[in-house]
Amino acid sequence: MDLSYSAEDLAFRDEVRTFIRDSLPTHIRDKVAAQQHLSKDDYVTWQKLLHGRGWMAPHWPKEWGGCDWSPVQRHIFDEELNFGNTPRIMPFGTKMLAPVLLKFGTEAQKQRFLPRILSSEDWWCQGYSEPGAGSDLAGLKTRAERRGDHYVVTGQKTWTTLAQYADWMFVLVRTDPGAKKQEGISFILMDMRSKGVSVRPIRTIDGSAEINDVFLDEVEVPVENLVGEENKGWTCAKYLLGHERSGIAGIAHSKKMLEKLRRVAAEETIGGRPLIEHGPFRDKIARIEVELMALEYTNLRALANETRGAMPGPEPSILKVRGTEIQQAITELFVEAAGPYALPFLPEALEGGANVEPVGPDGAAAFAPTYLNWRKTSIYGGSNEIQKNIVSKILLRA
Amino acid sequence: MDFGLSEQQQLLRDSIERFVQDEYAFDARRKIVASEEGLSRDHWRTFAELGLLALPFAEDEGGIGGDGVDTMVVMEAFGKGLVVEPFLPTVILCGSLLKLAATAEQRAGLLPGIIDGETLLAFAHGERRARHDLGHVEAKAARSGDGFVLDAAKSVVLGAPSATQFIVSARTAAGISLFLVPADAAGLSVRPYLTIDGQRAGEVTLAGVTVGAEALLGPDGGALPLIERAVDIATAAVCAEAVGCMQATFERTRDYLNTREQFGTKIGNFQALQHALVDMFVELEQSRSMAIVAAVHAGSDDDAARRRAISAAKVQIGKSGRIIGQTAVQLHGGMGMTDEMQVGHYFKRLTAIEQSFGDSDHHLARFQGG
Ligand SMILES: Cc1cc2nc3c(=O)[nH]c(=O)nc-3n(C[C@H](O)[C@H](O)[C@H](O)COP(=O)(O)OP(=O)(O)OC[C@H]3O[C@@H](n4cnc5c(N)ncnc54)[C@H](O)[C@@H]3O)c2cc1C
Repeated sequence: MDLSYSAEDLAFRDEVRTFIRDSLPTHIRDKVAAQQHLSKDDYVTWQKLLHGRGWMAPHWPKEWGGCDWSPVQRHIFDEELNFGNTPRIMPFGTKMLAPVLLKFGTEAQKQRFLPRILSSEDWWCQGYSEPGAGSDLAGLKTRAERRGDHYVVTGQKTWTTLAQYADWMFVLVRTDPGAKKQEGISFILMDMRSKGVSVRPIRTIDGSAEINDVFLDEVEVPVENLVGEENKGWTCAKYLLGHERSGIAGIAHSKKMLEKLRRVAAEETIGGRPLIEHGPFRDKIARIEVELMALEYTNLRALANETRGAMPGPEPSILKVRGTEIQQAITELFVEAAGPYALPFLPEALEGGANVEPVGPDGAAAFAPTYLNWRKTSIYGGSNEIQKNIVSKILLRA
Repeated sequence: MDFGLSEQQQLLRDSIERFVQDEYAFDARRKIVASEEGLSRDHWRTFAELGLLALPFAEDEGGIGGDGVDTMVVMEAFGKGLVVEPFLPTVILCGSLLKLAATAEQRAGLLPGIIDGETLLAFAHGERRARHDLGHVEAKAARSGDGFVLDAAKSVVLGAPSATQFIVSARTAAGISLFLVPADAAGLSVRPYLTIDGQRAGEVTLAGVTVGAEALLGPDGGALPLIERAVDIATAAVCAEAVGCMQATFERTRDYLNTREQFGTKIGNFQALQHALVDMFVELEQSRSMAIVAAVHAGSDDDAARRRAISAAKVQIGKSGRIIGQTAVQLHGGMGMTDEMQVGHYFKRLTAIEQSFGDSDHHLARFQGG
């Protein structure tokens, strides 16, 4: 066994670090560091820079623009992106749709859509959940009727993240209402500018509006935008969810946030001394750090198994559950670090370029909203209860 | 032992619960929170009519002579409605300071205005570096003639934007002292803002504010023990409010489990969620017990017993509030994340309460005599 980085790994890390330092625009980096809201342009600008370097979708097959990196290199890349305060790469195209297209799409679909994901010409959103179909996704009701060479789609999607920015949405629809739940579903690609699509923002408890209702009223979708076979969409849907979960642990992000937390706690004082030296608070940080270290190696072990070709077992679910628990625990400590100064609600301070005098520690205006917003991580991507159901089934069968 | 409420306390509870039900529905509250002032003057008048603004004051001064348990009854009902009017800063916090520190003359000058709803108060005490430490006061009060000149930067002062009158803590040569300062005093300014839980607070700056000798509230240099007692009373009050929030959160979550269907059945049929709901209930019961302990000790002169009781309650309620708030959101799924659902607002109030009047670590140390 060997848990250290090789010389090549270290050289790779320097290469990534240098690229980020030299190319990420300062105003974007500052917004990310301050946990402010990013605009669509901020995301796209950064993604285009990554694309220019060939690093937009390292996990894709090489012939489609991937990088053929080892698990350790992917891990390093993820860390550098986080510590470099880069905007996160939108997962909807690169991590959700692309694997489905690569596995189930036609050659024409791959040619048409994959390059535009890489170049960020198309922004994708995920049209899975409905008001009546969340954990029980197969209960979805949005109806697609075949009329000539079109599907006509009517129904409602909800919780759709950043649909307001999207050019396209991959949608699960019911094409055979007579069939058993999982058997009448199809996976189709919808142009968000089609007639009959309307997007309404949903305000969340932190005061932001990143999710939406998407209403579909007789929207025409060409039959060529069906992915895989008609009524076999559930297979695509499940394949995608496996990919969605694996990235969701947010290990590098948590490491970075712990580092920031330590900086905040070094500046806050308690009884005239730095909060970071206060035993109870220091212990809380250390406990999370230990848990995160364990998860980091659990993740690396899972990645190593994956490259050896072993079938993924309960790992993606375990990483999702524990990873989100850690993320949420860190957001709680930010609120505790700021204490009473976390209470002012200053939404202007969360917009880039804002010049709002802070109350309490620098950046404290983001701490409570982030804590509140991060409750979502144990709900989306398959709630943590659903993940545990999945894992327990695997374990009990063994 | 008797855990029952008196007949009068039951009437008090019923009348406020009725008010919350009729006048403080979620949409009505939302409008108040979004309004310019962030409070309803009509409701404030109703509070005056119900006698709530007179609650803690002595009967011979126009008050009701209520005790800690009466306050608990009111605050618990307010918690259920997520009432945002500045009852806590005006009546509980500043009202207690006035009871503990004011001369008969000062009380005669202020209480009638408070009781009839004209005067709103805020306690300008916390500072940037104070965190949860009540004794950390950098603000200065320099003697000038027979009065004082005040220089202070006070942070996250609850109720500051609507206050007509402030009680300001500052250091004189003798130590920490309290001063009555009208909101329109020259040199006093407020930077107002909303807080995460829909209340109003502000940064209060006093730059060379001059006050007369009659502004000194309580002993020169001897205010800290009085501040500690008033804050203990306020802490017991927010513990009761938290129990109201927790109760409402629990009930809404239970109802949601009985309504929402997934996989062809009520989600309340999933054992994982049943156990989570039971955990919420246990936290609620534990918190209710401690809110009662806090209410009974809130006004006690026995410092050691009072500190222990109040701090124990605050620790329990901090922990339970977090569990109940987080679990409620989780069990509501995506709906729990929306601004439209009331559970999220209870969660935010519980989060704010945990960080007010000393967080859990602070009270855990104080409970142990630290
Ligand atoms: C911020 C945010 C962003 C999102 N973005 C998207 C998006 O872009 N696209 C998209 O399609 N969806 C998105 N979602 C939706 C998300 O996937 C769903 O919220 C999630 O699947 C849960 O569904 P639900 O909200 O209907 O909750 P429900 O399914 O109603 O769940 C309610 C509660 O019941 C529990 N539960 C349900 N079934 C079981 C069971 N069998 N056993 C034990 N417990 C159970 C759940 O864990 C939860 O605690 C997003 C959600 C959020 C909050």
